[in-house]
Amino acid sequence: MFNLKELRKSFLTSLWFMFLTFPIMVIKVNTITDTVEWRWRNLAFVGVSAFILSFVWRWALDRRAKGGKAKKDGIGFKATVLAKTNQYKLPGLIGIGLLVAILPFFASMYTTSVLTTALMYVILGLGLNVVVGLGGLLHLGYAAFYAVGAYTYALLHYHFGISFWVALPLGALFSAVLGLLIGFPVLRLRGDYLAIVTLAFGEITRLVLENWNDFSFGPSGIANIARPGIAGIKMKLPQATIFIYFIAIAMVILTIFLVNRLENSRVGRAWEAMREDEIASQAMGIDLTKTKLLAFSIGAVWAGFVGVLFAAKTTFINPASFTVWESIVVLCVVVIGGMGSIPGVVVGALVFTLLPELLRSVSEYRMLVFGITLVIMMIFRPGGLIQKTRKSYKFKKEGDGE
Amino acid sequence: MKLDFFFQLLMSGLTRGSIYALIALGYTMVYGIVKLINFAHGEIYMIGAFTALIVSGVLSMYGMNPVFIFLIAITAAIIYSAAYGVTLEKIAYAPLRKAPRLSALISAIGMSMFLQNYVLLAQTSDFLPFPELLPEFGFLDPVKFIISTNQFLILVTTTVVMVLLTFFIKFSRTGKAMRATSQDRDMAQLVGININKVISITFVIGSALAAIGGVLISSHIGQINFYIGFIAGIKAFVAAVLGGIGSIPGAVLGSFVLGITESFGTGYISSDYEDAFAFVILIVILIFKPSGLLGRKVSEKV
Repeated sequence: MFNLKELRKSFLTSLWFMFLTFPIMVIKVNTITDTVEWRWRNLAFVGVSAFILSFVWRWALDRRAKGGKAKKDGIGFKATVLAKTNQYKLPGLIGIGLLVAILPFFASMYTTSVLTTALMYVILGLGLNVVVGLGGLLHLGYAAFYAVGAYTYALLHYHFGISFWVALPLGALFSAVLGLLIGFPVLRLRGDYLAIVTLAFGEITRLVLENWNDFSFGPSGIANIARPGIAGIKMKLPQATIFIYFIAIAMVILTIFLVNRLENSRVGRAWEAMREDEIASQAMGIDLTKTKLLAFSIGAVWAGFVGVLFAAKTTFINPASFTVWESIVVLCVVVIGGMGSIPGVVVGALVFTLLPELLRSVSEYRMLVFGITLVIMMIFRPGGLIQKTRKSYKFKKEGDGE
Repeated sequence: MKLDFFFQLLMSGLTRGSIYALIALGYTMVYGIVKLINFAHGEIYMIGAFTALIVSGVLSMYGMNPVFIFLIAITAAIIYSAAYGVTLEKIAYAPLRKAPRLSALISAIGMSMFLQNYVLLAQTSDFLPFPELLPEFGFLDPVKFIISTNQFLILVTTTVVMVLLTFFIKFSRTGKAMRATSQDRDMAQLVGININKVISITFVIGSALAAIGGVLISSHIGQINFYIGFIAGIKAFVAAVLGGIGSIPGAVLGSFVLGITESFGTGYISSDYEDAFAFVILIVILIFKPSGLLGRKVSEKV
């Protein structure tokens, strides 16, 4: 491996990267005081790391080319297998359930709050998974539905003092209606056109919220949104945090249950058929219009729920929380976790929200690492952390009880 | 007076359109050949602008002639953007050529995040003032209130670049290879076209165009930061889709439609919704023409 040719290759790569990063990494100009700072140490750093990384890179690509699909020792593969073995399912679930139930009573309020955020992403991920993973419709405007949920609660609370529990279904309803409204014009669009149009809808929603001051209070947002209460009991902040955590848990369980049922329903199978081939599915008698609109609006329902929860959790919302990046993050959750796979999306959401928290000490480099992780993931494990296995049906012989 | 306002808006629309066109061409060319939305294209444009700023900052310390500095800076920007474009393709896209489209898109988004934060960490998050290097052109004095020197320069440069690009694509050997590749990649390979080379060249040209756009608009607006690439990239992408992605004249037409709509929209309707006009016109056009203004209608085989 360390022969002359490889060394030469790495050396050239290292030179190339030194050239590439030279102006941005080394020179820092201050155009106001007209001073230049030369940071040669960075250049040495780039050179050495590029030299080493190019070895690793070629080794990894080589392995990928050789290994093909028969890689059975990777962590990811084990995770996929583990997720499918029934043997550990029940004890595993009970263990996780217990842990989840007692955690907030031991952990700090901050941890509980972070966990609640993670759970919200689980729901968002599962909701988007319906549209992208099952329906195969690339959706880049998911944050708009999320925003609709949040603003439904915030505005109705502000004007009419409506409670969280009433807002929850209303938020989901409005969100679903918006899903339908967005769904109609984009019925004919495919692939990248669909992606950019959904992105456009998302951005328009945000811009309207930002600029229509009389309606949404503009960029300054809405504050003092009530936390959810129950039976008129006034809760202090720590109790409320735990309470919201449990609401999130309940919603996650409900979502997993429903999405799981949906996936194996008539509609779910229609979505998967549509994802594989629109024309063929149409020929098999699937009403594309209905199926697509259902995907959009059912996906939106969860975003609406989470939006209401988000508004109740943070007690303050403004349009800055609902940018394109938010949509992109949710999409990344779905893709990194494993498109179409429910455990995958759950794991993806947890990794995506908890890992940055753990990396907080090096928070400056967080997004940098995040970006490069996405690239590496896509190259070396494109199916996500827990890959979905394609559905297959077996004909059973009679009396062959399974 | 009213007419002046109209012409001002028209000129500003054309200027915007030109810049969008320079960026959108990169999107559309890459899309035509590798069928990939190069989400990090806006970042390449940003890196071009930053390189120009850094180079001109260093050179102006030695008291060089500003026009020379400008020329050197724009050359450096083109070289560096092209280098970044090619490297980007080799690292993030080449290993994914046979992967599903969504994987490549996510990889592109990852690269976009990476490059933004790379510039943020290595340079700064503040807005940096972009040096004024070009003198005012004397012959524009009579129409100064309608068109500024920078705008004039942007229009002229864009026109020249477009003409050159058209000739290159139409008549040069490489241009023909590019068109063949975009029509049918496998077939092109069979007749002896080196696909990897064609893809690299596409990224070089696209990135170089973005760099030109980046430097021109930065010296027009006068300040840059690490985030300028993202919104410009999205707008240019909207323009490319508007015209029919994959089509070069489409990208130019789409860019001008977008630029002029935005300009008149902000001038006559409301400047609050500046960014929304781009998206509204995109949706309206795609509802009636789902494959863009000049896009080919793809009939699907069953």
